[in-house]
Amino acid sequence: MRHIISLLMENESGALSRVAGLFSARAYNIESLTVAPTEDETLSRMTIVTSGSDEVIEQIIKQLNKLVDVVKVLDLNDGRYLERELMLVKVKATAPYREEMKRMSDIFRGRIIDVADDTYTIELTGSGSKLDAFLEALDKTALLETVRTGASGIGRGDRILKV
Amino acid sequence: MELTGAEIVIRCLHEENVEFVFGYPGGAVLNIYDAIFKQDSFKHILVRHEQAAVHAADAYARATGKVGVALVTSGPGATNAVTGIATAYMDSIPLVVISGQVPTPAIGQDAFQECDMVGITRPCVKHNFLVKDVKELASTIKKAFYIAASGRPGPVVVDIPKDVTALTAKFDYPKTVQMRSYNPVIKGHSGQIKKALKLLLEAKRPIIYTGGGVVLGDASGLLAQLVRKLGYPMTNTLMGLGGYPATDKLCLGMLGMHGTLEANMAMHEADVILAVGARFDDRVIGNPGHFFTNPRKIIHIDVDPSSISKRVKVDVPIVGDVKSVLADMLELLAESDKAPNATALKAWWQQIEAWRGKKCLGYKKDGEIIKPQYVLEKLWEVTKGEAFVTSDVGQHQMWAAQYYKFDQPRRWINSGGLGTMGVGLPYAMGVQFAYPKAQVACVTGEGSIQMNIQELSTCKQYHLPIKVILLNNRYLGMVRQWQEFFYENRYSESYMDSLPDFVGLAESYGHVGMRIEKSTDVEGALKEAFAMKDRFVFMDFVTDQKENVFPMVPNGKGLSEIILAEDL
Repeated sequence: MRHIISLLMENESGALSRVAGLFSARAYNIESLTVAPTEDETLSRMTIVTSGSDEVIEQIIKQLNKLVDVVKVLDLNDGRYLERELMLVKVKATAPYREEMKRMSDIFRGRIIDVADDTYTIELTGSGSKLDAFLEALDKTALLETVRTGASGIGRGDRILKV
Repeated sequence: MELTGAEIVIRCLHEENVEFVFGYPGGAVLNIYDAIFKQDSFKHILVRHEQAAVHAADAYARATGKVGVALVTSGPGATNAVTGIATAYMDSIPLVVISGQVPTPAIGQDAFQECDMVGITRPCVKHNFLVKDVKELASTIKKAFYIAASGRPGPVVVDIPKDVTALTAKFDYPKTVQMRSYNPVIKGHSGQIKKALKLLLEAKRPIIYTGGGVVLGDASGLLAQLVRKLGYPMTNTLMGLGGYPATDKLCLGMLGMHGTLEANMAMHEADVILAVGARFDDRVIGNPGHFFTNPRKIIHIDVDPSSISKRVKVDVPIVGDVKSVLADMLELLAESDKAPNATALKAWWQQIEAWRGKKCLGYKKDGEIIKPQYVLEKLWEVTKGEAFVTSDVGQHQMWAAQYYKFDQPRRWINSGGLGTMGVGLPYAMGVQFAYPKAQVACVTGEGSIQMNIQELSTCKQYHLPIKVILLNNRYLGMVRQWQEFFYENRYSESYMDSLPDFVGLAESYGHVGMRIEKSTDVEGALKEAFAMKDRFVFMDFVTDQKENVFPMVPNGKGLSEIILAEDL
């Protein structure tokens, strides 16, 4: 099953490679990983999307907790949560695509953030599956380039991950 | 007054009451070595290869319970240390390894003797640090010692660039360490301990299965109290030997791939297992699928949560320091009005005695040919079971584990997890430095000993009265055994040809060499060697070439599919 794991770790050089190294050394799946400092600049927040059986996920959480730099770990799937990912998509904007691309972007509540003679760049946020759906719906011949950030997640309501 | 980084290193080691630093100098650590020259707080031991420095520090830690310290230079010095670090990591041994690094501005420039030590060691350390600022040197070393020794112990690397050892800062050694990201659990959950005790007292076929955690956690006294109070059978892993007296009736010996019949069968047939500081690894329970065919309840005490339910699903997990948890458990047991089920326990012991009656460690004597098992039995007798025994890796290691009955913890020093050939001699050095008067035997093979044979020179320099017990069968014995069983006798590259004259080799270093070729000479030779209390004696026992280690649970098989010597 797909799990989104959030963690807070010391914002120190090498911290990211400890997490990445753990996943490769123990042969855990990793779908995406995002990391950036938080409002407290001594802490980084990481969101890892992974998949595995319940036993494997339990081990992943334990092994992450074991890393000396990791302050807190939360499996977002243990409760209600929100997931968002940002995607930038460059598409052909020549006839006959120009109208169609604008329409598709509107339907998915995307924004066109760059307009050139031959291309549009569309910005889209949502869950991973919404972004997948957008790519599915696009005419493949119009698709020039995509870049995705990987998912960020946060608990709903008063589910808060903080030190 | 400000101190240089090198002086700060020395002061930190002094504050940590370090007695010995095992190391080897080189360019990046010259400032530190200059500071060592000017101090008399600890003794520096010059090894002949950095791998041996780390192994010796590791053995010092295993034998004493203190943190071992090694010091190596950058680049090749650092990479040579990696095998030693990985060995300590797999067996959870507290070490601080200080490595030199090229100067900060040169990092990343492919400088002479540069390697990314923090990157290379990341998967085989508990934690590591690169110190870029001399102001953070003291607090980093303090953290390194704290992390190495607390929780589940392990090696910590501190990589120090050369310029940092020359720059100065005020020396201020922190009294304590506070880390928001690292707080190992000590005390076990009382509700879980209660649950565990209830389960234990209701058991009909209980077994107490203990590992290296009991030795590392200094919990053998409490373990013995618990085992004796309950009257339950107990077994230990390779790493747990000595955690409970091997000569005691309640001890079934070692379990696992080369464990006894009674230990493996009892483990397989038990209805309740109390696991203490052990991790159900592949050499212990064999095939986990086969292990699950017998339903049972498992209680698992471990300081490391990630060791629990990793290979085997556990019913009652207890995270905590084994000593603290066992103490709580004993207290609850004393208050409890319940007692073990005497009738069931009697029947269980009858079954166990039937297994024990098979005498699975018996072996056939063969005239004058020296049987390796016989050498170890005699070693045990001659040293009255009180020696520190270090071993290398292979058949001799298993025979030592089977035939030397360890009654005390921290006497059996071997590489259980990583299985590193070549540890034996440097391990013996580390132990002998810690206990200069003790009898230290290094049980080894002609393959393993040659992997760190250069340390004969270190032993000469420091007059270490180690006794090397070489079981020389002219084969890489364990490899040959597997090739005989599983590869139709195709002995691919497992013959040790062109062996040196070990007696002559030992003598060339100024040691005593002995070659023993007849079984009737074994006991006398051992007595003679151990009587030389101030000499290093290298004993080359020419043993039976094709002796195999039994019992054996073949790789991928279950514990009850154990093969005895008589089965073949």
